[in-house]
Amino acid sequence: MAAIKLPVVITANDLLSGEAVYWHKSGVWSTDLTGSKVFASLDQAQASLQRVVSDAVVIGAYLTEVLEEGNRLVSRHYRERFRERGPSNYCHGKQESLPQKVAV
Amino acid sequence: MYAYTEFDRAFVRDRVLQYRDQVKRRLNGSLTEDEFKPLRLMNGVYLQLHAYMLRVAIPYGSLTPRQMRQLADVADRWDKGYGHFTTRQNIQFNWPRLIDTPDILEALADVDMHAIQTSGNTIRNVTTDQFAGAALDEVADPRPYAELIRQWSTDHPEFQFLPRKFKIAITGGSDDRAVIRAHDIGLQLIDVKGRIGFKVFVGGGLGRTPIIGQQLHDALPAEDLLPYLEAVLSVYNLAGRRDNKYKARIKITVGEMGIDRFRERVDAEFERLRPAFTGQDLSVLGEIQADFEPPRFLEKSQDGYFSALDSDTHFRTWVERNVSPHKHPSYASVTISLKGHGNTPGDASASQMRVMANLAERFGHEELRVSHEQNIVLPHVAQADLPEIYQQLGKHGLATANIGLVSDIIACPGMDYCALATARSIPIAQDIALRYERRESEIGDLKIKISGCINACGHHHVGHIGILGLDKAGVENYQVTVGGSAGNHAAIGQKMGRGFSFEELMPALDRLIDTYLALRIDQSEAFASAVERLGTIPFQEALYAIDKTA
Repeated sequence: MAAIKLPVVITANDLLSGEAVYWHKSGVWSTDLTGSKVFASLDQAQASLQRVVSDAVVIGAYLTEVLEEGNRLVSRHYRERFRERGPSNYCHGKQESLPQKVAV
Repeated sequence: MYAYTEFDRAFVRDRVLQYRDQVKRRLNGSLTEDEFKPLRLMNGVYLQLHAYMLRVAIPYGSLTPRQMRQLADVADRWDKGYGHFTTRQNIQFNWPRLIDTPDILEALADVDMHAIQTSGNTIRNVTTDQFAGAALDEVADPRPYAELIRQWSTDHPEFQFLPRKFKIAITGGSDDRAVIRAHDIGLQLIDVKGRIGFKVFVGGGLGRTPIIGQQLHDALPAEDLLPYLEAVLSVYNLAGRRDNKYKARIKITVGEMGIDRFRERVDAEFERLRPAFTGQDLSVLGEIQADFEPPRFLEKSQDGYFSALDSDTHFRTWVERNVSPHKHPSYASVTISLKGHGNTPGDASASQMRVMANLAERFGHEELRVSHEQNIVLPHVAQADLPEIYQQLGKHGLATANIGLVSDIIACPGMDYCALATARSIPIAQDIALRYERRESEIGDLKIKISGCINACGHHHVGHIGILGLDKAGVENYQVTVGGSAGNHAAIGQKMGRGFSFEELMPALDRLIDTYLALRIDQSEAFASAVERLGTIPFQEALYAIDKTA
């Protein structure tokens, strides 16, 4: 497995809905990647992951790579971009709240 | 159609109650995810990329209108108003909330449906010919045997923890429409000196190690079906590898053991098991067969049908593509395409499901089928009713005349939904369908199948053109195979070479298809036949030729 590239955030799936969620700076899980706690240190990221991995409201927490583009966070891998934004075949899922189909 | 007994109903209800309690314990923290996961999977509940997914069993793809309406109600009430019909002739709901899944299963139980054994290392839904009981080329109706296998395999205590999942397909026609040789066990009904029997194939499968099944028995008497299947499963259960998930399917067991040695072990096990089957299975089969008596066919004037064929070219085209011959001379089987150009292959909205249920009730002797090619079939329709059916389908976006054409694509959910996928499938299918919409009649019969990962849920290995989506250094990449076939002469397609990026793929397919059009003898030579005559080299050269239009 390729070495993880920094920076990273913590993601998981919500227990009730199964939606992709992110660990926020404010110490809560959110469906919005924006506002995620960004880790520039792998040791710190893994220590935080250990603290939240057994959180009862989520499933399968793991670290995922992001890019910081100005004030915006972007998932590095396309799989994570689909998790974040929803299916690309037509507007549904998370994309229902967006004005048009999101190019990934 | 098979009618549930009180035993069946009690069994399904009991499972719903168990599952409801399991979900309750998961939500209150009494069960961890590690403890809960195998329990939810036993009830068809997966966790996908964006949400849970519920896979509902549709035994051998047969549905009543009442069941189809209930699926529509589930889609509206607990999902996003649609369902996705699968290559295992099942349906998946992509967006249920965990807390709602017990209620969904209860609603399904109300119409004699469930999600049991749609996951896990068990015997999965037995699939069969979507035209079973109607097909002109049928030796016998395979559905009673499929139902017998369903009853035998459901909750079978010995086969709940097999080395790996196990898939059985059965066909009654001389033309294999169930892809039996790409299954762990494939059964073909045959006439053995005036009695019904089976050719038995074993060790077929797609996935990362695609293999065409080998013949295990050339003429198994029908009365030996269950003891023989039990013998095959018992040998596999003991000899199948459990040390490596990727080598755990029976195709690997057969490959490592050799078909002759495997057959010897099965025969020995069969001799041991046979005396335990004292006839109760055949008695049950007799009862089941009574449920599958053909409907009472009606004689109706066909004047309107022939008149519509003469006067309406769109109707005529639809009949040519989507209507199949039937045992009864004035009847036909209708394939309702769930492949509207640009749509997601296999998806139907709740309103479309209700339309299809209504048509089955009004014109189709209350039967619907799901095909493994992700379409819906009305197996028994009077030809006289075809014009009205076509009109009704047309009003609801269901009259696309493309069965067997370029746009009639099998595509797995791919990375738009699936947690295992390495690339997207559906947008590729959408792009192909839209790109060739105006040319597909000219191109003719051509089966394209697309998988979004090496697990091959989109059957790409047996597509005339197969497309496999992979992750190449963080970019979607698509490998193309040519020369696969899912029919009587099942074959694994040959990999053509390096993969293509999402953007490169469509121009490459253009070159491939244009080459076929240039090289075919005439329009009667289908793509598969041209590849058989010419070999794959001209097509490989076309794929990797410099795109002069770029």
